[in-house]
Amino acid sequence: MIENQTILTPEKDYVTLNLGPTHPATHGIFQNVLKMDGEIIVSTEPTIGYIHRAFEKLAEHRPYNQIAPITDRMNYCSAPINNMGWHMTVEKLIGCEVPKRAQYIRVIIMELARIADHIICDSVIGVDTGALSGFLYIFQEREHIYEIFEEVCGARLTTNTGRIGGMERDFSPKAWEKLEQFVKEFPAKLAEFESLLVRNRIFMDRTINVGPITAERALAYGFTGPNLRAAGVDYDVRVMNPYCSYEDFEFDIPVGTNGDTYDRFMVRLEEMKQSLSIIKQAMKNMPDGPIAADVPAFYLPPKEEVYSKMEALIYQFKIVMGEMDVPKGEVYHAVEGGNGELGFYLVSDGGRTPFRLHLRRPCFIYYQAYPEMIQGSMLSDAILTMSSMNVIAGELDA
Amino acid sequence: MTATQPHIEWMEAIAGQLRERFGEQVLAVEQAYDFPIIVVEKAAIINVLAFLKDDSEMGFSFLTTLCGMHIPDNKGQEFGMVYQLHNMPLNRRIRIKFFMGENDLDVPSATILWPTANWMERQEYDFFGFNFVGHPDLRRILNMDEMNYFPMRKQYPLEDLGKHDKDDAKFGR
Repeated sequence: MIENQTILTPEKDYVTLNLGPTHPATHGIFQNVLKMDGEIIVSTEPTIGYIHRAFEKLAEHRPYNQIAPITDRMNYCSAPINNMGWHMTVEKLIGCEVPKRAQYIRVIIMELARIADHIICDSVIGVDTGALSGFLYIFQEREHIYEIFEEVCGARLTTNTGRIGGMERDFSPKAWEKLEQFVKEFPAKLAEFESLLVRNRIFMDRTINVGPITAERALAYGFTGPNLRAAGVDYDVRVMNPYCSYEDFEFDIPVGTNGDTYDRFMVRLEEMKQSLSIIKQAMKNMPDGPIAADVPAFYLPPKEEVYSKMEALIYQFKIVMGEMDVPKGEVYHAVEGGNGELGFYLVSDGGRTPFRLHLRRPCFIYYQAYPEMIQGSMLSDAILTMSSMNVIAGELDA
Repeated sequence: MTATQPHIEWMEAIAGQLRERFGEQVLAVEQAYDFPIIVVEKAAIINVLAFLKDDSEMGFSFLTTLCGMHIPDNKGQEFGMVYQLHNMPLNRRIRIKFFMGENDLDVPSATILWPTANWMERQEYDFFGFNFVGHPDLRRILNMDEMNYFPMRKQYPLEDLGKHDKDDAKFGR
């Protein structure tokens, strides 16, 4: 980044450049109309909403258990975190305590999703600096994570896993096997990826001091998650407001100092290691017991019971038709998503659908700082800043 | 089945200070699950937010989110706004609300306190049509500019009124 450069070119000589909406370098559908003075960005006008699907309106017309698939499509790089966030919101509203085993299974799945999310972001930062090999190596590991998801819930990307009240099924022996293999193999692969980039002269020159933001500005702009931690603020919902037994685990919150692209990269890299450590602890201390709370009016019964037991059949029918007695009230629940505090503000009037569901999407909130972060930098740095912020179009536009 | 409500020991102190400073403009103090909720008059909203943000004892300096609401049955006060603030060092969260009638949708903008309110308010303008007074750039953000209604208001159905490709008879509705 070229700092404090005096701009001498008269206004009429600026070049207007349309970056997007579909540009191969922006990894998603965003439009930025850049005003360029040569190669220097003078101002940016972002346009969003290209894949807006009206989730908040949709949620007002869907029964509670049918909203989980909608949350998949927000941050689709870490869909299980969104699913669990939604289930936990409803559980808070109905006052349901989920058994420990289900909580630990959820923690494993959420941390796997976080690793998958950070793999995408970090490897894409590499790609945008011109280093494709790291991306190719590490993406194999993302594939392994998706294979575990497939074993757990049958889907890979839009998982729709978990249920209100617990998990839909326990880990199968095959899932445990795959998980153990992943935990064994991942550190070496991550070390390989790290050695390709972290002390690489070209990578460091391309990322250090690129797109920086101070802690003060980041907080004013509502940053959360890895981007805020890169600026030096140790805010993490998992520690601040522990949910799903996160208080049982020992892990560190990495923080950066400059809030630049390199710091964001490093924070995510370290978080992957911490996530792996959480997964190991959860596997080691996995409690026995049921995988769902005893809330038959909300928890979808297992299929074999539906076909053989009257009670289960009745509840299955009632839940699928959206006849759940959800109490009146309003509740806010936040989880630490891949990009920061993912919040669900749910207002219920006792009806079959939420009266109002507001989604606090971290991407949407911090992407508005983008023009400020790239002002005065070069076009190639703007691309890199965007990928290091990990702006996911699905979450941005909801 | 109801959830247990944890006791929030600092809630009364904050409510007391707000009552002392804003008097009648603080309409209600309640608790929903783990959140204290303070309902205020619309006229006081920016002063209340500024006090909570800037006062050294309060320290609610982080705007977590804000959102609008439409409650058609609440006659005279059909629309509402909800602000959620966070005091990170002490880990206290608070929710501030106000309600207003459908004839007066002018809302003072919170962008003078937090730059992050910019897009959040644009989104709520886009959904509900609130007129944020003092907002630097009040345009639609997610929907297209040509849209001539505010879709999150309850009177609008889920599907686009101008759409005719989904014949109800064909879908058995």
